[in-house]
Amino acid sequence: MTLADADLAAAPARPRVDWTPYLLVLPTLLFLGVFFLYPMVQAAWLAVADPAGGLTLAHLRRMAADLYFRPALRFTVTITALAVPLQVALGLAIALLVHSRFRGHGAFLYLTALPLGISDLAAGLIWLSIFTERGYLNAVLQRLGVIPHPVVFLTLERPGWLLGAIVTTEVWRATAIVMIILLAGLQLIPRDYAETAAVFGAGRWQTLRHVILPLLRPSLQTALIIRTILAFQLFATVVTLAGRQVPVLAGEAYFWYALYRSPHVASAYAVLILLLSGSVTWVYLRGLAPRAGEGGA
Amino acid sequence: MTARQVAVYGAALAIAAWVALPLILITLAAFTPRDVLYQWPRPLWPSRFSLDTLLFFLRSTGVWPATLRSIQVAGLTIVLALALAAPAGYALARHAFRGREAVQLLILSVKMFPATVLSVPLAVVFIRWGLYDTVLGVAAVHTALSVPFVTAIVTSVFAGVSYELEEAAMTLGSSRVQAFVRVTLPMAAPGLAAAAIFTFVLSWNEVFAATILTLDRRTLPALIVDSVLGAGAPLPFRFAGGFCMVVPALVIIFLIRRYLLTLWGVTVR
Repeated sequence: MTLADADLAAAPARPRVDWTPYLLVLPTLLFLGVFFLYPMVQAAWLAVADPAGGLTLAHLRRMAADLYFRPALRFTVTITALAVPLQVALGLAIALLVHSRFRGHGAFLYLTALPLGISDLAAGLIWLSIFTERGYLNAVLQRLGVIPHPVVFLTLERPGWLLGAIVTTEVWRATAIVMIILLAGLQLIPRDYAETAAVFGAGRWQTLRHVILPLLRPSLQTALIIRTILAFQLFATVVTLAGRQVPVLAGEAYFWYALYRSPHVASAYAVLILLLSGSVTWVYLRGLAPRAGEGGA
Repeated sequence: MTARQVAVYGAALAIAAWVALPLILITLAAFTPRDVLYQWPRPLWPSRFSLDTLLFFLRSTGVWPATLRSIQVAGLTIVLALALAAPAGYALARHAFRGREAVQLLILSVKMFPATVLSVPLAVVFIRWGLYDTVLGVAAVHTALSVPFVTAIVTSVFAGVSYELEEAAMTLGSSRVQAFVRVTLPMAAPGLAAAAIFTFVLSWNEVFAATILTLDRRTLPALIVDSVLGAGAPLPFRFAGGFCMVVPALVIIFLIRRYLLTLWGVTVR
């Protein structure tokens, strides 16, 4: 394979353009054009289009004036800000554990990767069986003699519990993605680096802090971007655990589309999610960029 | 055992329990009789197991057709995604061409974009195109979502199969296409199968786009969301539904465990 690569690179530029690769990628490009780029433009257009074909701010105003708008924005940002750091910390811990190659790390990797295949909907239903009024948490508390009657955790009367349940579910479900991205990044770092640091007297923590983490920065960046953007699309976890008690942006897009039959306001929400995601990506790429004259974070 | 080993195994055990416990509990709930699910004090371990709760779910209106439809959508998504993205992945692995990086960036951006919210504007267009509330419409969106994953696996698979073997076949008289079909393809088959399996999970699990883009012809996740939000489905329905959604995932992650790092291990540099 290495040889083939070298041949490719060493081959002199042919005078005639080889169209084969373009023909091979063309179907994918066309498809993404229709089902990815076009709806982006369409979303922006629907959000500002009036029936006569002109431009209007009415849909955006209707979205911003809605009772659910501010809570939806607040809850989405709060849940993201609580869940993503926990996912990254736990994901990094699991990735480092697997990377240490202890006995049984293969089975441990498979088990911790399982939630990759579990949807937000299924995860919500799984944790519902724990947090609901007749759920396992109440059963355990009753067995321990803490409570005589079941406690209703999933209600806005107990906002801490309700948010806690949603954040717990999100951490349980989505840590696996962070872990896999970080583990793939760890495996790209040559083992000699850590060994060299050890030879020069660095302890495990020092090696981790000054050698491994700086080298892991691209993977951390990717993990943060992917997780934050997916968190802005939060929908089924919240729907199953809290219904509309906890409104979120994607949920409002759904309600405006399916319940109020207004694709325009729904598209305004979609555009808002796109803009939020874009700005977060920009902040992560800027904020985590290596500074001049500094090797690490 | 050193102190370090104790720490490593202790942490691994605690994390393993954290991941496994909810899965065990939902399985327990799915096999607990319906009346026990509402009892108080609620027993932690049911005195008897039954299929009552699962059968209640499977016999609920719409569940069976929705399951079949989910499988149809996933099957169609696999066909579309492989037909589109496999050639692209091959080109990215084997050819150095102008604009290669731009193509990679576009494909990567689908993965790093809140692509499911795009189903809202798509629904409006789909009504015009006659794709609204159809298996093909949902499959098309799922295909777009799975393109980056399929190209990632396919690129890595073809990069791992030596081009020299293909060249050797060509010097022995086979055409480029024959060399690909007879030499490269059989070696790439396991990786392509993994890509297909992953595409299945992605489509089987996708909730938001399926909920927006269907009305009567719901997929299983869309039907469950609809029952929970619209009809206030009872607890046994929800627990059994959660269990039925998870089971394929357990099997599938096991089948493709070798490719997990390839699926997600793309970094932006």
